[in-house]
Amino acid sequence: MPHTAIVILFLTSLALVTSLEPWFQSWQGNRAQSADLLAVLLGDARRAFANHFFIKADAYFHSGYYPSIFDNRAAFQTPHMAADAGALEEKNTGEEDDFLGPPRDWIDAFGRKFKPATHTHLDQGGAQTDASSHKEIELGESQDVREILPWLRASAALDPQKVEIYTTTAYWLRQRIGKTTEAEAFLRDGLRANPDSHEILFELGRIADEHRKDPARARNLWELALAKWQKFELQKKDPDTFSLLQIASHLALLAERESRWDECLHFLGLWKAASPKPDEIEKRITEVRQKIPAANHAKPPAPNPKP
Amino acid sequence: MRAVLTLAHLVILEMVRRKDIYVLFVLTALLTLIAAAANIFDDTRVVRYLKEISLTLIWVSGLVLAVTSAARQIPAEREARTLFTMLAKPVSRWQFIAGKFLGCWLACGLALLVFYAFFGAVALSRERSLDLASWAQAISMHWFMLAVPVALALAGSLLWAAPSSNSTLTLVACFGIWLLGRHLHKVALGLPEPGATLLTLVYFTIPHLELFDIRDLIIHRWPPVPWVFWLGALLYAAAYAGMILTGAWLLFRRRPLN
Repeated sequence: MPHTAIVILFLTSLALVTSLEPWFQSWQGNRAQSADLLAVLLGDARRAFANHFFIKADAYFHSGYYPSIFDNRAAFQTPHMAADAGALEEKNTGEEDDFLGPPRDWIDAFGRKFKPATHTHLDQGGAQTDASSHKEIELGESQDVREILPWLRASAALDPQKVEIYTTTAYWLRQRIGKTTEAEAFLRDGLRANPDSHEILFELGRIADEHRKDPARARNLWELALAKWQKFELQKKDPDTFSLLQIASHLALLAERESRWDECLHFLGLWKAASPKPDEIEKRITEVRQKIPAANHAKPPAPNPKP
Repeated sequence: MRAVLTLAHLVILEMVRRKDIYVLFVLTALLTLIAAAANIFDDTRVVRYLKEISLTLIWVSGLVLAVTSAARQIPAEREARTLFTMLAKPVSRWQFIAGKFLGCWLACGLALLVFYAFFGAVALSRERSLDLASWAQAISMHWFMLAVPVALALAGSLLWAAPSSNSTLTLVACFGIWLLGRHLHKVALGLPEPGATLLTLVYFTIPHLELFDIRDLIIHRWPPVPWVFWLGALLYAAAYAGMILTGAWLLFRRRPLN
């Protein structure tokens, strides 16, 4: 009798395997299909860890002076390192120098002596900032900002679809640490993971324009970024106008630099539409329009296309 | 006093013979070195993440070592029946408690010296400088903080017979205080009564182990804590450890040995 039961159980499990295995292999939630070890181990939890590491990088940017989930985070809703890099639109409000408020009791007051108590940014010297002298920090002195990089790298490894990690990292790598090649390579990694990201294309354009001194390449990248923005953001209920503002303003300035007046006016129009201060852009449009007749006058007569 | 020192000496010898310290140290060193091997955009001067990983591992190892070693002292003596011989004469019960506490605490101090020497070497290898004042404050505050978990585990071993349950409960309490202790009052203010009063009571009763955690100051190279506050913190830890040990002694005095 026990032998019969064992055989029946064995046959039942075999039958179940033959029906469950093909279903499991085609199931979208099957982690075994992924070649990424982190995805297999953590699943979707890796996104939570990625976000934690991104915030950790911002805590490092402030040399440890950072609100916990129990504190008033109004002034830290957008990570400062990302806002300063132009990777995210700043939505912070409130007092960033005093998020702790007055001490609630003697333990709180005593405990604050053992924690960082001043709001500083690593790119301005961090904990070594001499507040009394208000000394301007030189580029070479502010390279401590490199300390945020391990957490940004870990964050990108955990969530390659989080675009702001690539743009923030690239900004600090090229702008403060002088590692343009590494910044470009990191952005290319990001572009492979997010081929339709207008943010990464825009940042690549900045590298081409500001570091490689290749305006033609920068224009191509920004125009592609604008095309991607128009393709994907216009479909959204709440399009990312901050990115449009960045792309359009850079294209307009580049066109102005190269005296491509029609293009410049077109991009200034886009800039005006995205800007929170359209009056200022209107003034700029008027200035450019005033330049056009003079520029046309200075130009040699165009060859007649018809003989 | 001689009996206390002899007992403490025996505890230290026992801890040196056991593998706990070595295993925790090798684990800490290994994880730190693996983290150090990571390529951060070809930049070899990035150090703060390494300091954080190393110090966090040292904190976890310190707590585990302090609690597990203290929790097994009295049950082990009871099981081996050496407790009855020792307490027959000339060792009194307070001397026994004090000797066990001192032994565990000193052994933790010795272990911390090794751990912090390793941390100093890691920091020096990348930063080329070490703030000795901050380093000394970190190790001394950490050591004094460990007096509280050691005393708690010793007192717990009089309440719970099994060292495993005592260790688990003490570790959960210590980690809970370390991670959440300073926020309890803030949370209490947003709770309805009687939860608010109860949580506030807990906040003012517990030993605030998180006060001794100056990792952020060390990692980000902030200036050392003013020495007056450093001394205040040491006295705070000593007062709590003293209170818990007195409680343990009172408990032990009334308890039948079998």
